[in-house]
Amino acid sequence: MAIKKTTPTKVGFFQSLASAPSTDEFIKGLWRENPTFVQVLGMCPTLAVTNSLTNALAMGLATAFVLVASNGLISSLRNFIPKQVRIATYILIIATFVTLIDYSIQATSVSLHKSLGAFISLIVVNCVILGRAEAFASKNSIGLSLLDGLGMGLGFTFALSCLGTLREIMGNGSLFNFPIFGPAYQEWVVMILPAGGFFTLAIWLLFFNLLKKKSSK
Amino acid sequence: MSDQNISKDKGSDVFQLFKSMVGIGLICAALIAFVFQTTQPRIKKLKAAALEEAVFQVIPGMVQKKTYLLDEKGNIQIAKEGVTAGELIYAGYDNDGKLLGLAIQASGMGFADVIKVIYGYRPTTQKVIGFKVLDSKETPGLGDKIEKDEHFLTNFKALDVALAADGKTLQNEIKAVKQGQKKHEWEINGITGATISSRAIGAIFKESTQKWMPTIVVHSNIFSNDTTLTHGH
Repeated sequence: MAIKKTTPTKVGFFQSLASAPSTDEFIKGLWRENPTFVQVLGMCPTLAVTNSLTNALAMGLATAFVLVASNGLISSLRNFIPKQVRIATYILIIATFVTLIDYSIQATSVSLHKSLGAFISLIVVNCVILGRAEAFASKNSIGLSLLDGLGMGLGFTFALSCLGTLREIMGNGSLFNFPIFGPAYQEWVVMILPAGGFFTLAIWLLFFNLLKKKSSK
Repeated sequence: MSDQNISKDKGSDVFQLFKSMVGIGLICAALIAFVFQTTQPRIKKLKAAALEEAVFQVIPGMVQKKTYLLDEKGNIQIAKEGVTAGELIYAGYDNDGKLLGLAIQASGMGFADVIKVIYGYRPTTQKVIGFKVLDSKETPGLGDKIEKDEHFLTNFKALDVALAADGKTLQNEIKAVKQGQKKHEWEINGITGATISSRAIGAIFKESTQKWMPTIVVHSNIFSNDTTLTHGH
């Protein structure tokens, strides 16, 4: 459990932190097993609702909430749920939390709910969530499952924000809807269209893979 | 004997499945019901506030609002307090209670989904004086220019919707034309790159004005009646 205090490089720092098993469950989702950049899961919201940073953040945080809540409930019920109906039960639990977050977003901001549109309900079928339920929460304690959900959720939010930042800057010349380039900037509209999602994802995947290659040398 | 055992096992198994599914289903239903109950008042309030804001935007200068309802017989009357269903229009007045305009909601099919809009109409000049998109899923960067494009929005500062002499139809139908080709006051300058969406707005206006303008002109007296006014912003 002891956390070594040697921090020679950034990677070393993460590795030393990761030597504590509970911290590791949290850290792995942020970086080593990042749902978007490493596991390449949950591509539907990653490509669809990252056309602005606000949308990306809201989507990421909504997904993170559902992940933490469903991981917690599924883990606490893991000895009670029969194997034959586990997937159906997981979906039921996930759908419940998605409905909760849907109402909560509506009660927070009408315009945010409008811009996320159908994608809030589609969190139900985000494979990151079902994947963590099946691969982790159904086999581990509540505490670890909550940490795993939080790590994966924040990792997902981080990835979505990366895409959202780049797409909004290039495609709309703004960040959080504040113009940053002035009126002379010609928007690169393709970046906020669906195709731009693929381009941006490719750019980030390339960047993170290069980073990983360098740090493993 | 073994057969019996298996069927017995299956029986208890099925019961176990049933128990867990129903149990979890009940927990989930209770959670949803609870959150629905707690968020619903606020959601309603936010939606009403958004609509209120839109009404004040499409009738420039208004400070007071009254709500009217179009009933099934085609008559317009003052809507009772708290009515949200049915075909509602909103009348905007200045400080002295003078009618500045009417806000009318309309909708129609766009490129991606139904577009909902609200527009302001001034009976004295028979012109559209303001416009706002309430709800649209048009493509970001292209179709959603109908919400932001300044040139497009100037179409709705003085759009002619005057009635013909018989009072039953519009003198000139609202029509969307290509960008830069607007020649008459009843034409809407389209947007290059958002052709379908801007044409859809044209179609929504054409349909809505044909329906509302004759009715409003017939009932125009009711809007200037002295009744209690709701003070806004």
